[in-house]
Amino acid sequence: MTEAIRPSPTTPKPRGFRFPFSMKLESRLETPRWLPWATTLGSVIFALLVTAVILLAVGADPVRSFRAIYLAAFGDSYVFSDTLVKATPLILTGLACLLAFRMRLWNIGAEGQFYLGAWGATLIVEAVLGQDAPGWVFIPLMLVSGFVFGAVWGFVPGILKARFGVNEIITTLMLNYISLYWVAYWVFGSWSERGFQMTPMFPRQAWLPRLMDYSAILKPFAGMTVHLGFLFALLAVVGVWYLLTRTRFGYEIRLIGDNPNAAKYAGVNIAAMTIFVFMLSGGLAGIAGMSEVTGVVHRLQDRISPGYGFTAIIIAWLAKLNPWAVIPVAIIFGGLLIGSREIQPSGLARMLQGILLFALISTEVLNRYRVRVERVKM
Amino acid sequence: MNFWINVLSAGVGNGTALLFATMGELLAERAGVLNLGVEGMMLVGAVTAYSTAFATGDPWIGLLAGMLAGALLSLLHAFVVITLRADQVVSGLSLTFLGIGLALVFGEGLASARGVPTIPTLSIPLLAQIPFLGPIFFDNKSVLVYFGYLLIPAVWFYVYRTRAGLHLRAIGEYPAAADSLGIDVYLWRYFYVLVGGLMAGFAGGAITLSITPGWFSEFTTSGFGWIAIALVIFAQWDPVRAAFGSYLFGSLRRFTLDVQGVQDVFGIANPFFFDRNLQFFLEMLPYALTVIVLILGSRAAIRKRLGAPAALGIPYVRGERGLL
Repeated sequence: MTEAIRPSPTTPKPRGFRFPFSMKLESRLETPRWLPWATTLGSVIFALLVTAVILLAVGADPVRSFRAIYLAAFGDSYVFSDTLVKATPLILTGLACLLAFRMRLWNIGAEGQFYLGAWGATLIVEAVLGQDAPGWVFIPLMLVSGFVFGAVWGFVPGILKARFGVNEIITTLMLNYISLYWVAYWVFGSWSERGFQMTPMFPRQAWLPRLMDYSAILKPFAGMTVHLGFLFALLAVVGVWYLLTRTRFGYEIRLIGDNPNAAKYAGVNIAAMTIFVFMLSGGLAGIAGMSEVTGVVHRLQDRISPGYGFTAIIIAWLAKLNPWAVIPVAIIFGGLLIGSREIQPSGLARMLQGILLFALISTEVLNRYRVRVERVKM
Repeated sequence: MNFWINVLSAGVGNGTALLFATMGELLAERAGVLNLGVEGMMLVGAVTAYSTAFATGDPWIGLLAGMLAGALLSLLHAFVVITLRADQVVSGLSLTFLGIGLALVFGEGLASARGVPTIPTLSIPLLAQIPFLGPIFFDNKSVLVYFGYLLIPAVWFYVYRTRAGLHLRAIGEYPAAADSLGIDVYLWRYFYVLVGGLMAGFAGGAITLSITPGWFSEFTTSGFGWIAIALVIFAQWDPVRAAFGSYLFGSLRRFTLDVQGVQDVFGIANPFFFDRNLQFFLEMLPYALTVIVLILGSRAAIRKRLGAPAALGIPYVRGERGLL
């Protein structure tokens, strides 16, 4: 047995039997440019196929399910507008994950940071400005507040990681749970509207403008729900791209992500970068929360996120940590969210995401290694 | 006094689910494989155990099916990280997503299932009469709780006092050395990840069939899988400390419920009794405490230089330049 890795060492081999094939992984010196995208596409197709099989197993019709999702999400310009609305928080939280992952910081807490951002935006209405302030005061202030509270929620795991070496995966996950109860405390308690688990509707000036608000000027905009948050998301993409590729700060993030030892010897302050990147990441997710309460829900309520912060992890991964790719990927996932509301079983979208992520990391091996299957000579 | 007996007694029950999940993860990590998919494996174990028990009418067959389901998922992780050498963090997270999704799809409509059999309970005749300790540990407990009592010394003995346990530690600390002694690193890593999956499946089944019977979609496990991972770090990979942490967190779960029912604590008016809204802060408590436990765990680890198994998270490639 040379350097070969046996494909299935799960069961102890009975004596005298050799698995007739052996699999070899040889490191690639160079990965062709097209290969990562090809494996990504392959993963998507594979995930759809596996999902279809599972759907068949539970007695559903996969073709009809997928078709229903497609029509509900991309069927005409109105549903596509709804898809863009869903894509908005996904782009922002996806960027949040992307930024942290690029430094190999596992921020699984975009969900919690999203909630804190939503809470921060609501705080401005409930406690700071009141009902009568004009929109040009409201919106920037809510944006800043959403960013700040998201960043605070990112600061906690950041400093714990930098100062004590605490595993950030678990802290961010625990903070997700805590943020849910934190929001629940306010919307069930002092911010509750007549005992319902939500705050009163925000005043009109505090809503992010939507395309439909301009339908008097441009007729086709009528019924279009896309709001200003989508623009924030696009700007954030440009910002993150610029930061990562055109600044010294971004260079240091990539350096730490690729080779932490080299970064340390080059004199990069890893602890400070950890805290800072975590705060920036949390802030981006916070803006997603702000944009959701001010652009879509127009009030804070219990469980406003259908798991944006978790889907964001997959989006960042599917986009190969490329900020521009986050946009189309988030739109597809936004469509999946819109579409899967229409169909049963309800866990379908989550399952598809899980299978997809697995397919992605399994095919990742093709990018790094040349896989060779050889017949073992008996 | 009664209050604390109730809390600790329920804690031993809750803690049993945590105990199995934590021990399984501990063994996998001792072998050098981090598996963050515990929550997903537990949920799939929970839904499989519950639905199988519903279909067959036998809780033990259900529990067995739950264990197998957890094991099946863990094999996926093992293949991806051991054979394909993918990142263990990402693979573990994917496993969680996959597990939650599968559990939701297969658990659709299961919440309304009625008449699902549960695991029987048992009192130990003489021990149950011991004041204070008797009702906490030995009175009217699920049979699985006693399995837990047996598991703790068994794992301790296995890890520290047997040849196989020595090999296990070697594989996690210095796989190249273990390999040169003829220990099959790949095979044993597969084995321990599989054991982790079996135990996580067991923990899930224990929840739906015994501790809090029923299927409550993804809230069935309510983050127990993640707490188990944190407990392994807190316990510094030691089975006895892990057991202690499991029962502690199990008790905390019940404490947050029970404390809302008493008017005064130590003679002071209990705020949680009078302001129902403060319950949300109680509900945060297990998660906040997990973070605190992690901080304490990592500080102690720094102090005592007693950290994770050295090869934790690093794929082993025979003959390639040694990473250790």
